[in-house]
Amino acid sequence: MDGPPEPLTFRLAPGALGHLMPLYLWLAPDGHIHCMGPSLRKIMGPAALGAPLAEVFELRRPRGAASLADLTRAPALRLNLRAAPHTGFKGVAVPLAGGEGVLVNLSFGHAVREAVRDHALSDTDFAATDLAIELLYLAEAKAAVMGELEKTNARLNGAKRTAEELALTDALTGLRNRRGMDRALSGLLAARHDFAMLHLDLDHFKQVNDTLGHAAGDHVLTEFARMLRDSVRGGDVITRVGGDEFILLFPGLSDYGPLERVAGRILDLLRTPIDFLGQACAVGSSMGAVLSRNYDSPEADRMLSDADRALYASKAAGRGRLTLTEADGTLATQAP
Amino acid sequence: MHGLVNRAIQCFLHDSFGPGVWTAVANSADLTDVLGADGFEAMSVYEDAVTEAMLTAACDRLGRPRESLLEDLGTYLIWNEKLEPLRRLLRFGGRSFTEFLYSLEDLRGRTRLAVAQLDLPELELDEAGEGTFTLRCRACPPGFGHVMAGILRALGDDYGALVVLEHLGPVSPRSDEEERRVHGRQDELLSIAVHDPDFHAGRRFDLAGIGAA
Repeated sequence: MDGPPEPLTFRLAPGALGHLMPLYLWLAPDGHIHCMGPSLRKIMGPAALGAPLAEVFELRRPRGAASLADLTRAPALRLNLRAAPHTGFKGVAVPLAGGEGVLVNLSFGHAVREAVRDHALSDTDFAATDLAIELLYLAEAKAAVMGELEKTNARLNGAKRTAEELALTDALTGLRNRRGMDRALSGLLAARHDFAMLHLDLDHFKQVNDTLGHAAGDHVLTEFARMLRDSVRGGDVITRVGGDEFILLFPGLSDYGPLERVAGRILDLLRTPIDFLGQACAVGSSMGAVLSRNYDSPEADRMLSDADRALYASKAAGRGRLTLTEADGTLATQAP
Repeated sequence: MHGLVNRAIQCFLHDSFGPGVWTAVANSADLTDVLGADGFEAMSVYEDAVTEAMLTAACDRLGRPRESLLEDLGTYLIWNEKLEPLRRLLRFGGRSFTEFLYSLEDLRGRTRLAVAQLDLPELELDEAGEGTFTLRCRACPPGFGHVMAGILRALGDDYGALVVLEHLGPVSPRSDEEERRVHGRQDELLSIAVHDPDFHAGRRFDLAGIGAA
């Protein structure tokens, strides 16, 4: 006498369903909202009850769904509130047994933080099985950790910059050292812009060191560095590459004019001996210069050795003067 | 632009065309003051002009149109094994290429959940017909659609789908969205046709990954 077995169906009181799925929507067969979970009621207010779904929600997927069957066929729904703050939801819809409409379960997806803020939700507004609270926790913890890492990063970056700065700086004069000059020079060469190079050393520096001591020598170097700083333009690079050897780089120069004026100023300043504890330290400077534009493809070694050659021409001609390297490689030593 | 984006471009230029090209691009784009010894910092935010200068210099140096270079960047992001984590995150989007396409609408939100300062353009997918879609990249930096085209092409392959893509060019934002306009930015449209979602086996993807073992 047994007929076919009854299909297995659930019967749940709305309260129990709300406990399980606080963001559920029960749509009546005519598409109107028949019942809502407690959290959804909190978000939308009682006025939404009885309203057609499309009046309260903008359905983004499946776009243009016309019937409840369209909803239950779609693998997932995406909808957002028509009213501000336009909270977005993901959802899944299933048909209810007995043609009693459709049950939709909603979730906030990645917008859960915004939803919690906008609707003042708390953990009791989520099902105990919902991972939303875990996601919020993770997001907060990650933000806190990232914040700390950023601070660490900033500290390390500062330390790295200082270390680099130190590695490129001459401790006595505060000018760039040989390594700093190499780096600046390769930067200029890579940028393929015109620049000029001035190589100088101090005349009679050894006498100062030998007769007045190293403290006097250091003082002369420091003073000379200051003269160089006072004589160049903002973007020029001043380096101390050895004992009393200096190299100046002038980015942007395609002729010697500005460089000659700088050289002239330095020679002028040196006409007054440098005072060290009442002792006059008389030094001069021999200089040699090259222009990057005089080379088909300028290279660091070649330019440095040409500038050096020009400097020695100044020395050979009696010190205290500037020698320019012409385009054809000839040297033009100027009168002091 | 976020450091992650700039760094991706840097690595792309460096890995695909060699350190010499990267150095030359950095120099001619005048990036020396901006860059650290190792290039861009992934977690810093840079002026948009920096990215623009870098791309212009790269196109000049390589003699390539911007569109094709950006599309190659997109492909690189998926196929280079150094960037495997990125491929994995995108494959989280779904089991099939079509599901993945729909997940693109979540990409911006999910990305911001991970890196709050990384603001990707909003992506919007419309089903134009059976297996054909239009992807709208909203208010995106110029050329972003081409990067997406490269990503989608590579990921189509990754999923084993037979996909035909076309960049439909920049378009004005929809008229009802005036308030969403960002100065100097337009929407870009892509058409996507999925001819066969199971064209070949594709590459393996496990949700659990190696980190969860």
